[in-house]
Amino acid sequence: MQVRIRTLVRGLWEDNPVFRLLIGLCPALAVTTAATYGMAMGLATSFVLICSSTIVSLLKNVIPRKVRIPSYIIIIATFVTIVDLVMDAFLPDLHSVLGLFIPLIVVNCLVLGRSEAFASKNTTMASIVDAIGMGIGFTWALTLLGAVREVFGMGTVFGLSVVWDGFVPWTIMSLPPGAFISLGVLVGLLNVIGRRLSERS
Amino acid sequence: MEIALIFLSAVFVNNFVLVRFLGICPFMGVSRQIETSLGMGLATTFVMVVASTVSWLIQNFILAPYNLPYLQNVAFILVIASMVQLVEMFINKASPSLYKAMGIFLPLITTNCAILGMALLLVMRSYSFGHSIIFGLGAGVGFTLALVLLAGIREELEFADIPDALKGAGIAFIIAGLLSMAFGGFAGLV
Repeated sequence: MQVRIRTLVRGLWEDNPVFRLLIGLCPALAVTTAATYGMAMGLATSFVLICSSTIVSLLKNVIPRKVRIPSYIIIIATFVTIVDLVMDAFLPDLHSVLGLFIPLIVVNCLVLGRSEAFASKNTTMASIVDAIGMGIGFTWALTLLGAVREVFGMGTVFGLSVVWDGFVPWTIMSLPPGAFISLGVLVGLLNVIGRRLSERS
Repeated sequence: MEIALIFLSAVFVNNFVLVRFLGICPFMGVSRQIETSLGMGLATTFVMVVASTVSWLIQNFILAPYNLPYLQNVAFILVIASMVQLVEMFINKASPSLYKAMGIFLPLITTNCAILGMALLLVMRSYSFGHSIIFGLGAGVGFTLALVLLAGIREELEFADIPDALKGAGIAFIIAGLLSMAFGGFAGLV
């Protein structure tokens, strides 16, 4: 049980995909103009991650080693197509905002990376726990990045106004350069916090 | 004229890396030295041109006539993965020294989202066959340009005094932000 909890927590902080491992960055930068979009992207990716990790770990003894990468990609692409079609049908507005980056979950290095590095070597239960941890880690990272850009770029968080009257929005934060700069500063800040925490313990 | 427009727009105005955020992983991963980043850029450009050709053919001769748009993701990624494998085998036979130099980067090209992104974009915009190839070439050149620019700056930064927390990834993102701002200047060009 303790091992399970450790696997789950690892994705949240120690091995956070966005801030620590620096994988899955394309959607992290592209769709985070607002907290809601970051969260939606994170949840969609988590769904694909959890489903494909489950299937990969169930089939790990069936798939020959030589063709494992193409096999993983097909499993992932199947779930991505499901997410793509479901979102298009039930959440068309969100689907049009996230646009190209929903089909691009197929080549998100986070999903393929967890299949290759974890799910293909561990039990199904452990793989599901690992995928949930990584999924939550990815989702909170994208939500935080989206919230930061939304506050400075538009003065709102999740669409609610949080700034004083007369606040002048920094338009640059909603544009591409703002994504790179916010992520750079956040990575730096989290490094400082991480170092303080490890010094204390 | 339209060909020049598609090419310039893919390289500068809508640069795949700095404006569209496609291919960020290799952009951050292999931009420490100009030489390796140039090799990576050229290999990616080559795969992009081949992939744009093949995905156009698949879209227009298989997926569209048989009404299978939902197989797009699966079909394109399979084609890209096998193209990368082919390119790898070809380079290995044709020039073993080049193969050695690019060794590790070649298989990584499959998971470069710029390539799948380009294939999906050219279908979305229903480009003609010739335009698709030019779009693929422009995307590759734009990717190479951004990669080499960042590598050049990062090489110089080796000797700069950077705050500890920002060393490595942090400062690279901030530089990429400044580059992206510079590319914003091309916005009115086309």
